[in-house]
Amino acid sequence: MNDNDIVLKVEEIYKSFGDTEVLRGVSFDVRRGETKVFIGPSGTGKSTLLRCINQLTIPDRGRVWLDGEEVTNSGARINYFRQKIGMVFQNFFLFDHLTALKNVELALLKVKGMGKAEAREKALTELRQVGMEDWADHYPAELSGGQAQRVSIARALAMDPDVILFDEPTSALDPELTREVLEVMKKLARNGMTMLVVTHEMGFACSVANEVLFMENGVVAEQGPPDLLLNDPRFTRMKDFIGRIDSRMDD
Amino acid sequence: MDVLPILIDWLPYLLSGIVSTLGLVLVALGLGVLLGLPMALGQVYGARPIRWVVGVYVWFFRGLPILVLLFLFWFGIFPAIGLGHLSAFVVGAVVLGLRGAAYQSQIFRGAIQSVGEGQMIAARSLGMSRLTAIRSVILPQAMRIALPGWSNEYPNILTDSAVCYAIGVVELLTITSRIVTQTHITIPIYLAAAGIFIVLNYGGLKLLHGLEKRIAIPGFGTGAM
Repeated sequence: MNDNDIVLKVEEIYKSFGDTEVLRGVSFDVRRGETKVFIGPSGTGKSTLLRCINQLTIPDRGRVWLDGEEVTNSGARINYFRQKIGMVFQNFFLFDHLTALKNVELALLKVKGMGKAEAREKALTELRQVGMEDWADHYPAELSGGQAQRVSIARALAMDPDVILFDEPTSALDPELTREVLEVMKKLARNGMTMLVVTHEMGFACSVANEVLFMENGVVAEQGPPDLLLNDPRFTRMKDFIGRIDSRMDD
Repeated sequence: MDVLPILIDWLPYLLSGIVSTLGLVLVALGLGVLLGLPMALGQVYGARPIRWVVGVYVWFFRGLPILVLLFLFWFGIFPAIGLGHLSAFVVGAVVLGLRGAAYQSQIFRGAIQSVGEGQMIAARSLGMSRLTAIRSVILPQAMRIALPGWSNEYPNILTDSAVCYAIGVVELLTITSRIVTQTHITIPIYLAAAGIFIVLNYGGLKLLHGLEKRIAIPGFGTGAM
């Protein structure tokens, strides 16, 4: 594998909040078109890790590189990198005062400096991608959680990012709405979007992920293709974790 | 006693008082927004010294009675800084505005802080600068949240404006008193003035409610849907 394929490089990220060490040296490379899924117990730093990548949280140590350019310590240029690193949140965080269309348009107009007609065209295209073009004129309060999340994916896509970070994108949704969001994400993965996904959806991880990173206590405890982590007897920790979730579900 | 013809005779004079009173209110409200909004932003997003300055300002202007403030600026502060030539109207309007800014800044601050933190996070994640995010995402939401509370400033300032009588601003109450002195008719004239205040109050609030309805957005409760 050629180094030019690496779009995102994460190097030895450390982060503490007070006395709690949330991340204790996390490193990985992401190749273009790859989907990496992060799995693990709550509080093991998965979401913090994603936020360290686009510097919404500033790591204590470690570096992040996008396409060979350093994202960490980039000062005001961080706004440039953030255009290229999309993010989708657990609670959608759609702009509540704007329609679905305007949600997608806003950064095109204000950040990319696109003209009105062009931004509208682009926004409608992205809404179509996620099956939300019929809802373009609706406000967030008028959308279901699944619809809102699809709009927020369109909003991230509109910036033409190199990579999209998904921070538990379906954790606030019921199973049916989860399915409609996962369908959209699977389609993106098939179309070659580079994605980092923090999720508890094992089915999604198994069917889409090129690699699963199992995180525990602020480090990547196991790492590999989903089949390997699930079936190879040398790997036990993720299987233990999944076993624990499943038994909880049986209760 | 036949009051009505007398009232009608004096009506043009009363109307000039209305104009003056409304002038005081509009300048004060405008100044309040112009100063209050940046103060609120400073208090929420500013560095510690800025927050401190705003805090002291608010403490000062909310802590003193309006009459004390008026005398302080009219007899003391403005003459001391070489602005002694300003008319009573200007001083009255500015003092009402400075005081209004203190109150309004706290209305705006509360509104800004009640916008969910996710809105800023989402905006920044798209590459918006903090300033762009504040302008395009936070303020449009905060202003909608603030409007019902802010509307309350209109009747407050309208009624407070009568105190400008004390430094000789020729506003509605001053004119009313002059008519009383001239005609020796007391209660009916003051009642007429009271009626005018009530009508101004009602009309202004009606306009503000209309504005609330106009900018209402689904899921964005302004209570005026």
